[in-house]
Amino acid sequence: MKQEYIITVFSEDHIGLLSRITIVFTRRKINIDSLTVSESAITGVFKFTIVIRETPDRVEKVVGQLEKIVDVLKVFANTNDEMIFQEIALYKVSTEFLFESDKVEKIVRNSGARILELTREYVVIEKTGHSDETQRLFDELNVFGVTQFIRSGRVAITRSNIERLSVFLKERDAMLEQVD
Amino acid sequence: MATQRISGSEAVILSLLEEGVDTIFGYPGGAIMPIYDALYDYDQQVTHYLTRHEQGAIHAAEGYAKVTGKAGVCFATSGPGATNLVTGLADAMIDSIPVVCITGQVSSPLLGTDAFQESDVVGITMPVTKWNYQVTSADEIPEAIAKAFHIANTGRPGPVLIDIAKDAQFGMFDFEYKKCTKLRSYLPEHPVDPFQVKAAADIINAAKKPLILFGHGVMIAHAEAELKELIGKTGIPAAWTLLGLSALPTDHPLNVGMLGMHGNYGPNIKTNEADVIISVGMRFDDRVTGKVAAYARQAKIVHLEIDPAEINKIIKADAPVLGNAKKSLRMLIDNVNTNSHEEWIKEFRACDKIEYDKVIEKDIYPTQSGLTMGEVVRIASEKTNHDAILVTDVGQQQMIASRYFKFSQPRSNVTSGGLGTMGYALPAAMGAKIGMPDRVVFAMAGDGGFQMTIQELGTIAQYNLDIKIIVLNNNFLGMVRQWQQLFFEKRYSFTEMKNPDFVGIAKAYGLASQKVTSRDQLETAVQEMLDHNGPYVLEVVVEKEDNVFPMVPAGASVSDIILEP
Repeated sequence: MKQEYIITVFSEDHIGLLSRITIVFTRRKINIDSLTVSESAITGVFKFTIVIRETPDRVEKVVGQLEKIVDVLKVFANTNDEMIFQEIALYKVSTEFLFESDKVEKIVRNSGARILELTREYVVIEKTGHSDETQRLFDELNVFGVTQFIRSGRVAITRSNIERLSVFLKERDAMLEQVD
Repeated sequence: MATQRISGSEAVILSLLEEGVDTIFGYPGGAIMPIYDALYDYDQQVTHYLTRHEQGAIHAAEGYAKVTGKAGVCFATSGPGATNLVTGLADAMIDSIPVVCITGQVSSPLLGTDAFQESDVVGITMPVTKWNYQVTSADEIPEAIAKAFHIANTGRPGPVLIDIAKDAQFGMFDFEYKKCTKLRSYLPEHPVDPFQVKAAADIINAAKKPLILFGHGVMIAHAEAELKELIGKTGIPAAWTLLGLSALPTDHPLNVGMLGMHGNYGPNIKTNEADVIISVGMRFDDRVTGKVAAYARQAKIVHLEIDPAEINKIIKADAPVLGNAKKSLRMLIDNVNTNSHEEWIKEFRACDKIEYDKVIEKDIYPTQSGLTMGEVVRIASEKTNHDAILVTDVGQQQMIASRYFKFSQPRSNVTSGGLGTMGYALPAAMGAKIGMPDRVVFAMAGDGGFQMTIQELGTIAQYNLDIKIIVLNNNFLGMVRQWQQLFFEKRYSFTEMKNPDFVGIAKAYGLASQKVTSRDQLETAVQEMLDHNGPYVLEVVVEKEDNVFPMVPAGASVSDIILEP
């Protein structure tokens, strides 16, 4: 059965690595639903957070292939319930709706969103949450007309209190010593 | 080491010398000219072979790597020079061959401007290299080359490519070389886990009908002696994959032959009867397994493998042993019981008898009027005391040669296994001969594959590379024709070839040559070729519509192997 997985790739900071990583997915015709890249808590180590829908077996194989990439340090695959994750969405609606009634204001308030910028012409609303939540807000606002909308890739963090990679790096050092 | 101020180009050569390189295959061009200019001053330390096409250079580098175990090195220029390497890179990638390619690139300010002979080489070669890197500043060169050799040679080997912008080749810097031995993000091999070895040994010790399958990984790890010792101690019959050929002598009493689509009858049938399969340094390629759902379902699988991604990739392992085959075999030998499996081995020998009577005898001692590829292979092997290096192309001759050529030393078989690259044999044989100048090297090709890289006869002539070239000519793309006959109702769609006068072509290149059309000329002709001092092209006109059997039809189980149409 296919389900949503969050794949976290820890890597060295090298140009072209994103391409090498995505090739592993495209070669197997796996669509990447979302992708976020940023530096991790460890300086010089980058983190790719990739969301795909796949079977556990295919995910296991993709992880194996990703870990073969020379500049990749470690790859983790998790189901949604194993991680805390968020996406951020921005919505632009015309300011007139805000003054016509209190409906837009109520929607924003009830959904835990906030107004980022208010001008004569438009208002920019920001909402953080899971994609079904940001989508719900979109549907509600779109009754009035959302003129622009953007949702970020997913950011995700484990429920453990340390960065998993720190443990890995220690083990890796020990293994490299052993193989010599 | 003291630093010295030199150009990036000279640094390329000095770095290669630091890595022990004395042989380069390549082809110059605009963007790599500074490196070639630097090379001009080092002709005492390194020999460069000018091939006739970049594909020839990389296949030669592969052949060299295959017989020596050292990384092959090849140079090419930017744009078309680099793109011509792609087939060889893909070939080396899938067959785990260490190759270091250095390509010239346009100057860094021109990158991305569609400059003359610019192509995105790093982008193009990403899926077909173990690692690649673009250098845009001279001072990056030593570190990039050091990393390249470390990555190409260690773990599961593979091709790497360094793309060097022309301005980096000209740039001056203080050169200092430090070998790369460790990268944080790259673990070449896992330390072997004694618990995994113990679990594997327990399964082996309890086995009644065990079968060892061994592949290229045995030779990559230089574990031939360990393999032999394991087989000897446990008495377990062992079968080789196409790339495992020569890891064990052909005539070893427990060598039961080749696996796979055109392998031997016994090991294919018995794969589905064994209670334990011990696979060593092989990856269950689809040409070995046939239909995976019907492959060795009854057997417990022990898988000795260096690449974690190969474990459970195709066949689930009951006892995986991760790590270098030499180390894991050594530990396994210490944990298995001395044993013998005489009754079980008799079953293989019974299969051999069936195969000999139905297939082999008429292949290698034919009574039909036309010559067979099998008899040519048998004679070539016999006349060199089964001690030559065999380089094959792809297709019928490859399968026939792999079945009937015999080996006494490891690293004696060079062929394109995973990618199935036609045109491989001739250039790969150049690398093999240069790597092992004292051994007899056969290049065996069909009329199709021979013509794909036929221009390398020029290289062979220029450097007088003493290669014994056998062209098995049936005026057909034989393997495709065979499939058309068996599975496409004999609709021979574009497989027949009108060929040139091969002897005439060889002579035009200044090479000795002769054409054989009948059986009574064959032995003498092979002998004359071997007696000739220097390269030789022997064209043998073989039966036009012969087939390779046995055969596991595509999509069938290994136990459904057929001996005749």
